[in-house]
Amino acid sequence: MSKRVGEGTVELTSRPWAAAWSSTAGKKEHKGPLGGSFDFTLDDDLLGQKTWELAEAAMLRDTAIRCLDKVGLKPEDADVLLSGDLINQIMAAHFCARELGIPMLGLYSACSTMSEALAVGGILADSGAVRRAVCAVSSHFSTAERQYRTPLEQGGQRPASAQWTVTGAGATLVCGRDWLPEGVKPAAALRYATIGRVVDYAVRDMANMGAVMAPAAADTLARHLLDVGRTADDYDEIITGDLGKVGRELMLELLKEKGVKVDPSRVWDCGANIFSPEQDTHAGGSGCGCSAAVLNGYVLGRFAKGEVRRAAFMATGALLNATSVLQGETIPGVAHLVVLERERG
Amino acid sequence: MNSWKTKRQLDIERRYQTLVERFTPNHSLAMNIARAFLWGGAICTLGQCVSEIGKVYLGLDQAGTSAFTAIVMVFLGAFLTGIGQYDRIGKHAGAGSIVPITGFANSIVSAAMEFRREGLVLGIGARMFIIAGPVLVYGVGASVIVGLAAYVVSLF
Repeated sequence: MSKRVGEGTVELTSRPWAAAWSSTAGKKEHKGPLGGSFDFTLDDDLLGQKTWELAEAAMLRDTAIRCLDKVGLKPEDADVLLSGDLINQIMAAHFCARELGIPMLGLYSACSTMSEALAVGGILADSGAVRRAVCAVSSHFSTAERQYRTPLEQGGQRPASAQWTVTGAGATLVCGRDWLPEGVKPAAALRYATIGRVVDYAVRDMANMGAVMAPAAADTLARHLLDVGRTADDYDEIITGDLGKVGRELMLELLKEKGVKVDPSRVWDCGANIFSPEQDTHAGGSGCGCSAAVLNGYVLGRFAKGEVRRAAFMATGALLNATSVLQGETIPGVAHLVVLERERG
Repeated sequence: MNSWKTKRQLDIERRYQTLVERFTPNHSLAMNIARAFLWGGAICTLGQCVSEIGKVYLGLDQAGTSAFTAIVMVFLGAFLTGIGQYDRIGKHAGAGSIVPITGFANSIVSAAMEFRREGLVLGIGARMFIIAGPVLVYGVGASVIVGLAAYVVSLF
């Protein structure tokens, strides 16, 4: 049964499984340093659909189906779908859900939706409320750009701190202890979830999302370590979502100011690593699909091989609203953290 | 809405702003200016060539030459946008390819392309001017004001 630890962390005492995982990435992401770790690469980023939005929904649906298929399950074997994306009213997630037919909770916390889904899924599976939860999240370059920025073909310059929205999706199947399909070796168990506070340090720059999210990330990580009585060294890796190169440095600086000791070599960022510098994305990748595809490809893949035993996965979100920015408001950020652990044996 | 901000929060914000400035990289200003100058200059030189062709070879008068040049340059901007090349130029040229009339064509055509799937009326029709619209509104507005001012001055 889930138990509250410290001020704001939930301990998932039964340790539900991350039983299956699947990731999808676009061509550009495939050419990046982590390209080999994605299950599936899109040849056509329109997926034969009429619109970019439908393409994203199809990508998300296929990723969720592939995740279930890996352990021989069908959508009806899952009790809940926890899903979100970046399109208004989380359209891709809802359109994906109408095809899958799994009861659905729509989630939105921008690019931290993957860890939000894992936190909610973990708590539901731990409490016995559901047997299995599918946590599936996506983003698509061409839907996000038109949502937040300028038309794709408009010729302008991107600032050096700008990040590139990842075309990608990731899905994790979270199973309660008693509901692991037979013969399946899970990658890891979910141990803790620290739910993020919305933090706003008055950044207005839409082209510097790393700076928006860094304070939230530092806040969540510091609270988590305090709550569970661990130090950063207790984790093999601390994986942040899409702080990018600028945000990562800012988070480390803020942690130093808070007096939280963190060895920078253990902290790595999905966004800063998904593209190589030659791909000219400036500060790195972003979008829900960035941390989702990296977690459900590279990270859980290494868990399964035993290369990582304990990691904190903290996806970070800039809660950007196209209207509020025009109205001169600052941009809040959020970061949710889940702890993944591999048990001995 | 700012009432939630304590003095401590405002202090944090101020300190964070300096931190952000320290860690945020910038493109080199000198480089940007040089590129904008070269690309902008190249586009304008091309425009001048077109204009000369109109005047010398086609024998157009002053007004005809202006119209001919604008038509050709707008076509080139729209065409390069349509085949997906203008944004590549824009990446290097910056203001050099935004300010000339080709950039104006790019801002309209790119918006029209982006929203074509939302339909002819509420997609292309309504969204075509999302970037160029403000330029038109304030450009036309300013010209009216200047025109009125010139008229008033001419009365004395």
